[in-house]
Amino acid sequence: MSTASAVAYEAVIGLEVHVQLKTNTKMFCGCRNEYGGEPNTHLCPVCLGLPGALPVPNQEAIRKTILTGLMLECEIAPRCKFDRKNYFYADMPKNYQISQYDQPLCLRGGVKLYTLAFPKDVQKDPQANANKVIGLTRIHLEEDVAKSAHYETQSGIDFNRAGTPLMEIVSEADLSTPEEAFAYLSALKQILVYGGVSDADMEKGQMRCDVNVSVRPVGQKEYGTKVEVKNVNSISAVRRALRYEIDRQTENYQSGGIQKQETRRWDDPQGQTTVMRVKEQAHDYRYFPDPDILPLRTDIGQPSLLDAAKADLPELPEAKKARLATAYGISDYQASVLASEVALSAYYEKAAALAKNKLAVANYIINETLALISDVAAIPVPAEYFAELANLVDEGKINNRQAKEVLGLMLAEKKAPSAIVAEKGLAQLSDTTALEKVCDEAIAANPKGVADYKSGKVSAINSIKGFVMKATKGQANPQVVNDLLEKKLAAL
Amino acid sequence: MSNELLFGDIAALRPRLASKEISPVEVAEALLDRISHVDPKLKAYNHLHPENSLAQAKKADVSLPLGGVPIAIKDVLNVKDDPLTCSSKILQGYIAPYDATVIRKLREAGAVLLGRTNMDEFAMGSSTENSAWGVTRNPWDLDRVPGGSSGGSAAAVGGHEAFAALGSDTGGSIRQPAAFCGCVGLKPTYGRVSRFGLTAFASSLDQVGPFTKTVRDAALLLEVLSGHDVNDNTSARRPVPKYTAALTGDVKGLRLGIPKEYFIDGIDPEIEQSVRAAIKHFEGLGAEIVEVSLPHTEYAVAVYYIVATAEASANLARFDGVRYGRRAQGATDVIDMYGRTREEGFGAEVKRRIILGTYVLSSGYYDAYYNRAQKVRQLLRQDFEQAFTKCDAILTPTSPSSPFKVGERVNDPLQMYLADIFTIAVNLAGICGLSLPCGFTKAKLPIGLQIIGPQWGEETILRAADAYERSTKWHQERPNL
Repeated sequence: MSTASAVAYEAVIGLEVHVQLKTNTKMFCGCRNEYGGEPNTHLCPVCLGLPGALPVPNQEAIRKTILTGLMLECEIAPRCKFDRKNYFYADMPKNYQISQYDQPLCLRGGVKLYTLAFPKDVQKDPQANANKVIGLTRIHLEEDVAKSAHYETQSGIDFNRAGTPLMEIVSEADLSTPEEAFAYLSALKQILVYGGVSDADMEKGQMRCDVNVSVRPVGQKEYGTKVEVKNVNSISAVRRALRYEIDRQTENYQSGGIQKQETRRWDDPQGQTTVMRVKEQAHDYRYFPDPDILPLRTDIGQPSLLDAAKADLPELPEAKKARLATAYGISDYQASVLASEVALSAYYEKAAALAKNKLAVANYIINETLALISDVAAIPVPAEYFAELANLVDEGKINNRQAKEVLGLMLAEKKAPSAIVAEKGLAQLSDTTALEKVCDEAIAANPKGVADYKSGKVSAINSIKGFVMKATKGQANPQVVNDLLEKKLAAL
Repeated sequence: MSNELLFGDIAALRPRLASKEISPVEVAEALLDRISHVDPKLKAYNHLHPENSLAQAKKADVSLPLGGVPIAIKDVLNVKDDPLTCSSKILQGYIAPYDATVIRKLREAGAVLLGRTNMDEFAMGSSTENSAWGVTRNPWDLDRVPGGSSGGSAAAVGGHEAFAALGSDTGGSIRQPAAFCGCVGLKPTYGRVSRFGLTAFASSLDQVGPFTKTVRDAALLLEVLSGHDVNDNTSARRPVPKYTAALTGDVKGLRLGIPKEYFIDGIDPEIEQSVRAAIKHFEGLGAEIVEVSLPHTEYAVAVYYIVATAEASANLARFDGVRYGRRAQGATDVIDMYGRTREEGFGAEVKRRIILGTYVLSSGYYDAYYNRAQKVRQLLRQDFEQAFTKCDAILTPTSPSSPFKVGERVNDPLQMYLADIFTIAVNLAGICGLSLPCGFTKAKLPIGLQIIGPQWGEETILRAADAYERSTKWHQERPNL
């Protein structure tokens, strides 16, 4: 035991992510594809699996799957074919799921882990700065099943979800830490949202993740016995579940235990996994090509599905980050914060377009605003207000200190910066005739400061300036005051 | 209504309806009256709703192509608000919530829908004996089967209980019963007619088609039923020809192929004789007879029972008692409920085919059975493509035997499967075929001639069949009921 405990273990992690596509209608029928809604209201003979009903594939879903593949640099299959996956389950209307077996729409590709995708507390770690790329095995398209609810003596099934277009994104076992898994899911979600293919909200079940994890002694080539963890319902829960599971498996091995191939259930409040089932035999799904759906070409047509998907390709996070940094003269860090969300960068760009000082706008949004309001959608004022604020400073109407005050009021009271400035009388005093009088008073009231200044202690001007600022309640333009004082002191 | 009209075809009835010489209600009443006398013997119908049919007749627009014409429907097609059972206990009490596309088309063409006709459970069988609701009888001999699986539709038309009927054909389920009951049955090219609303048996083989008393009626029905349907991904985007206009009566120069593999040992000599006589008759009409070869014919039955059962095993999985249909009582959990429901709900033949289909798709057997069957299916397709370079249509017997006695083959599934030996390859190849009467046995049982056409070759086979029908009188014979 003592020798075993000396061995260090490393984790091998692979993720299977199911993503609901954001389409108008379901995968094989014309029912609305909508989250929520009264149970069993978005139904038809097709998604209920009634006798005689036939599936007709949703071209929008195929296009969006191809788009996902393009964004993740996958190879796109020239042919789209669907298969039947046979198994009995109460939430599956036909007792077979229409899926893709041997010819997935997308093959290979990868997800690049970038620093900001990692949890905040490890963003300075080497692993968060390694720019590791996690390989993808495949992405295929299928239909979602219905949703079961279990009550004391009976169960209910809501078929609204049945037939929702669902992508399965399978990663290679390239992930080594819970933080990488976190970053993988964050980066993947970012790209899915970028492409408009899904809202990928794990809490709403729009993105669901099955975690496969094993541990092995460092240096060993063979994988350890794989454990599948289910019921992990948020990206941070994936991190927690993996941390727990890796520690559990490692301790188990170190104390001489054996790991069976099993499926475990993550209990987030309890912070632990428990055995759901030990894997018996591999399930025989008896896949065969669905005869109801003709295979279709993705590379032929006017336009082809592939061309249509290419036309939908958005500017991807990497490219956006680079462009923001050069176009607006902001730092790489700022650019990557802004590029982390499409809505955020759009908000910034809208403001920056109207502002002279684009860096100031970035500062206002990232440093001052996101610290208070983390979600761009929750910023209560239009982007134009940030431009207005930056321009007020730029034009010398208010100073930087005032700008912060105005920003706070702008967010709290949802008012335009110019309105706040007018209302609070914050306009900066730059009028030299008005300021000259105050400066004369300041010089008269500070004989010591004047004497020091005249004797060569240049910094003594600050005490005189402080008097002016105090007298004007901070509204005086510091630069104008400085110039005036220097002139007057020189003339003494 | 005169017997002449009642026993006549739609083409004869329509002008009388259009001229208001007779009303759709009178026609419907006359038929319902005949059904009430004849159907207790034939048992062609599973379900009748006379008030409903009469209400449709009252509103029928006689200017439409099928205005006021009563048509029977195989109990495998969804007719909104009517029972749909597929002759299975598992669908007992199920009411269809929507119209199949072909039903919508019939309604739009003014047809009056008669009852649902009996069939082999889920269209699995060749005698209509595999029905949860009892055996349908052959109108020409009540001790004999009407064929299957669309035996109810064939008996209804052959017994003049309907002017026409819809059936479905997966391996011969329209053509074989049409041959047995002395009527015309047409299996269109795969993709010609929408399958939406047709309860699936084998999706890559199923096609809806008409039973009629004459070839010209078959052309008329096909015109109504055909066309692309957005609800059926496998339906073809092809214009629908005016099939009735193809019936020129002229077959001069038409090349008719005779496949040597179809005149085999075991074929009833009386049938061979009649079919050979029909071939001679065509020659007399000016057609050119050529010998062709379909070398992979002997594998067709085996391939069929792999492909069809594999697809069926998945298609029938939805009948589980969860959402609709019959649910077994007393189950301890959901898996037990599936087992009990399907054990109670399905008949022996359906279970046999589900088990067979599940087996051929199982891991380790998939390549040996399903995959290999698909390859041979491709060879069968090529056989026909090859043959159709030498001829325009192919003539064969529809069935190797005449109608057999009720109960004669129920314990011999293999013998039963061979009843479809001449029709199955047409479905596997996705092409079209029809059966029309070409004679009778000494015992006065109908004999069917099958005319097979290439993909989209319906105009050719209808033209040939019509030319034959015009110059013969077999279709005018009536069963004694």
